[in-house]
Amino acid sequence: MFDFSEISKWLHGLLTGVMPEWAAILTESVLVALAIITLYAVFAIVLIYMERKVCAFFQCRLGPMRVGPWGTLQVFSDVFKMLTKEIINLRKTDMFLHNLAPFLVVMASMVTFACLPWNKGAQIIDFNIGVFFFLAVSGIGVVGILLAGWSSNNKYSLIGAMRSGAQIISYELSIGMTMLTMICLTGTMSFSEICEQQSVEGWNIFRGHIPAVLAFIIYLVAGNAECNRGPFDLPESESELTAGYHTEYSGMHFGYYYLAEYLNLFICAGMASTIFLGGWAPLHIAGLDGFNGVMDLIPGAVWFLVKTFFVVFLLMWLRWTFPRLRIDQILSLEWKYLVPITMLNLILMALVVVYGLHF
Amino acid sequence: MNSQNIMFVILATFIVLSSLATVLTKSIIRAATYLLFVLLGTAGLYFLMGYTFLGAVQIMVYAGGIIVLYVFSILLTSGSQEKLSKNSIVKVLGSAALSLVGFAVFLFMLFKQNLFARVAALGAPTEPAGAGTQNSIHEIGNALLSSANGGYLLPFEAVSVLLLACIVAGLLIARKY
Repeated sequence: MFDFSEISKWLHGLLTGVMPEWAAILTESVLVALAIITLYAVFAIVLIYMERKVCAFFQCRLGPMRVGPWGTLQVFSDVFKMLTKEIINLRKTDMFLHNLAPFLVVMASMVTFACLPWNKGAQIIDFNIGVFFFLAVSGIGVVGILLAGWSSNNKYSLIGAMRSGAQIISYELSIGMTMLTMICLTGTMSFSEICEQQSVEGWNIFRGHIPAVLAFIIYLVAGNAECNRGPFDLPESESELTAGYHTEYSGMHFGYYYLAEYLNLFICAGMASTIFLGGWAPLHIAGLDGFNGVMDLIPGAVWFLVKTFFVVFLLMWLRWTFPRLRIDQILSLEWKYLVPITMLNLILMALVVVYGLHF
Repeated sequence: MNSQNIMFVILATFIVLSSLATVLTKSIIRAATYLLFVLLGTAGLYFLMGYTFLGAVQIMVYAGGIIVLYVFSILLTSGSQEKLSKNSIVKVLGSAALSLVGFAVFLFMLFKQNLFARVAALGAPTEPAGAGTQNSIHEIGNALLSSANGGYLLPFEAVSVLLLACIVAGLLIARKY
């Protein structure tokens, strides 16, 4: 398989040849940051178009059709519209916090976006404790949402922020425990090692059979709630709270919430594909060497994106199929059903690993 | 100056300025936000030293847990009284005296151990101290659950009993109303 780290090593050698090391590292960091921001914007546009089309087909409509062929330029025109909109200053609010909140949300989302393994060797943030770092950073977004609700000086925003805070903090528990279940199987927390292992031994969802499938389903439910989407979109339920915590935002500040919402969906799906479906690891079936050889020819980045968009499609399917829940139903689903099931599942996985019952 | 030193200076300035802003601001929710910046800067220092686990714990517990708790409780309790109350002269003098005593103890320890000379002899670090295998998650896990010399099994169990007591107490308080 193609190893991306050859390119990064070549670039590092080239840069250290012409400038001191700290300047080379700084240049590389700036290049990586530019790459992340570009990818972030591109994926946001792709996801928004996909969401509109998927939503339309589920409701027996056509979706955007007028701007460009099949409405492909609709999202670009929406982005330009949002960029030219005025950013409104509200009276009697804390403007500093009001302007800071979208940046906190988008920053947390970008740092977690940088944790995704794109290809073999193409990993931006790769710590020994990768999964834990991912969980830690994704928690900062809640602060941004709470500050947004408070600094809007609007009771609907405040209620939306409260609901969002309660929901995200609760469902983080399930996400953490399902990830713990899979770490129990892999024995490592580094994303690159998790992918490497799956490219050799097979995808985790097959290796861990029953507990892994259970964890995958719970992860999808909790991830959907964590992104404030689907049947769990209470923080911004438009029929009750106008738009929840981002009611009072306009222009690009609203755009940041919109970006972060879609990219969180992508990150959630990307984590599911990394931890359960092998990340960039190709599909291998033991015994079929010709088939495995053909699968190895497909680049890792394509595998990763295909798996991720498959999970994104699953999540969109959920969103446009189920009706919205009430807040007490959401919290009792988490605390009375998902948490006990994940705990039992963790014990089951520990037993499976101890007795060597996995593949 | 290498990249380690430059990053240290940037992070240290950020932490000092945010801490000053935390204590000087009049709005309680802004103080919580500046405190978040202080804690994130401290996590940045841990990452700079290569102790990624400690840095991630710092973000998880303080930024993701404590600050969210602070902001939540401010949102739930405060109505019109979002400003901090005025400090009386006794309070100001008392806290100034306390912080001076703390600073004096700190300086005394620095000079007693002769830390300045020792640090100057060490020279500037060029790479993260904690990089390598000695702080990997496996080592930490083994140390936490080992009962051998240098193991932390007893504190680990004591903390888990403490947390269980906290959960039970929390449930008891919540059930009362």
